[in-house]
Amino acid sequence: MTDSRPKTTVSMTINGAQITADVEPRMTLLDFLRDELDLTGTHTGCEHGVCGACSVLLNDVPIRSCLMLAVQANGERLTTVEGLSDPDGSLSLVQDCFWETHALQCGYCTPGMLIAAQALLQRNPDPSREDIREAISGNLCRCTGYGQIIEAIELAADRLNQRTGKAAR
Amino acid sequence: MKAAAFDFVQPSSLDEACEHLSRAADDPQIIAGGQSLMPMLAMRLVRPGLVIDINKIETLSGVVEQDGGVTIGACTRQTDAETSPVVSGRLPLLRKALRFVGHDQTRNRGTIGGSLAHADPSAEICLTAVTLGAKITLTSAQGQRDLAASDFILGPMTTAREENEILTAVSFPIWAADGRVGTGFQEVSSRQSDFAIVAAAAQVAIDDDGICRRAAVAVANATPAPIRLTAVEDGLVGQEPTAAVVDPLLPSLESVLEPEADLHASGTARIHIAKTLVKRAILEATEDAAADD
Ligand code: FES
Ligand code: FES
Repeated sequence: MTDSRPKTTVSMTINGAQITADVEPRMTLLDFLRDELDLTGTHTGCEHGVCGACSVLLNDVPIRSCLMLAVQANGERLTTVEGLSDPDGSLSLVQDCFWETHALQCGYCTPGMLIAAQALLQRNPDPSREDIREAISGNLCRCTGYGQIIEAIELAADRLNQRTGKAAR
Repeated sequence: MKAAAFDFVQPSSLDEACEHLSRAADDPQIIAGGQSLMPMLAMRLVRPGLVIDINKIETLSGVVEQDGGVTIGACTRQTDAETSPVVSGRLPLLRKALRFVGHDQTRNRGTIGGSLAHADPSAEICLTAVTLGAKITLTSAQGQRDLAASDFILGPMTTAREENEILTAVSFPIWAADGRVGTGFQEVSSRQSDFAIVAAAAQVAIDDDGICRRAAVAVANATPAPIRLTAVEDGLVGQEPTAAVVDPLLPSLESVLEPEADLHASGTARIHIAKTLVKRAILEATEDAAADD
């Protein structure tokens, strides 16, 4: 039995581009990104707010896109993992550090981890190990054991601080 | 894991929201931060005909100090409450509690009012509201009423809210002129930021001689709703709250707690954890009061 409801027109900025689309009220932001916009970098894990694989930035703060309706994102500004890399497609500093320290195996959790790492470094460029652990505590990884992910974020923080002229820790 | 179909409205005023809510035939449901409702929709534990998004009602967000208390609008994000200077200055217990609520990603969306309205028995915000005797404001098309947090939260996911009412604000009293105020918040969970297996909160006012003049102590997830431990509070007032004073008060928990067993802990274990956490919370609060200059 299908029971569809009238669609609503929404518009939002995603990775710098203005998007307008018609969505059904019940569609999550996660499904909207993946199924309507083909932004499949954001991963679908649990679909009920447990795993963090679906994390995106909403007005620069990390949220879970499976716990928000697409209609609620009307008028908002979003960044998905696709928006982290440089415009020419080359890896961002954080992505580079994940690659260098082997912070991923299967890669399922990686988009969410990158978003969490990016959000942390934006608000705290010099995080302690404890800060890093807390920042990724809402993201499950079944492969790495988290060690290399923490290393990657530490490396990214060091590089960021070198780049901005602060002494590396 | 997809929600059943529903209609959606996003009112910009409270009046408009109340009107939508009064149309019972549409089987309406309010959404704020959605951190509990979205999973329930996905699992089809709830199947509303109409979802009313109250996030765009500006008057429902913000933290203000007024009439000897701190009033927090229902849609205030947990992160915003946590970083509010009014909360850190006047409601340190809530600030401590918020550190245990979910993760960054959920606190950035989750609201103070949403957590209260959902009334999960392990919720830290509910525990804080009961500990401090906060007042919950409910608004409907017919008017407004206030309820004490302990009269509002009736049991697991059960509150005194009528179907046509919106939880619009919560007001926490500020303790004044009783001495130095200290707070303690303790929790055991499987992982950092996970649901509390048991949590305990304490706020004390200590005078210049180190004597407790006022105490509020409560426990969550060892009863269907958070509960004040009045026997413990009475035993602290007039005393210096040391371990030697607290220890003999702890057996009183056995007669008031009615913990359920689940995958995480048996009932007996929960009572043991509750006693340990209550003691730690009181000692933390006492130390905190001594450090408060
Ligand atoms: S898919 Fe959103 S938290 Fe798991
Ligand atoms: S790399 Fe496989 S889940 Fe994290």
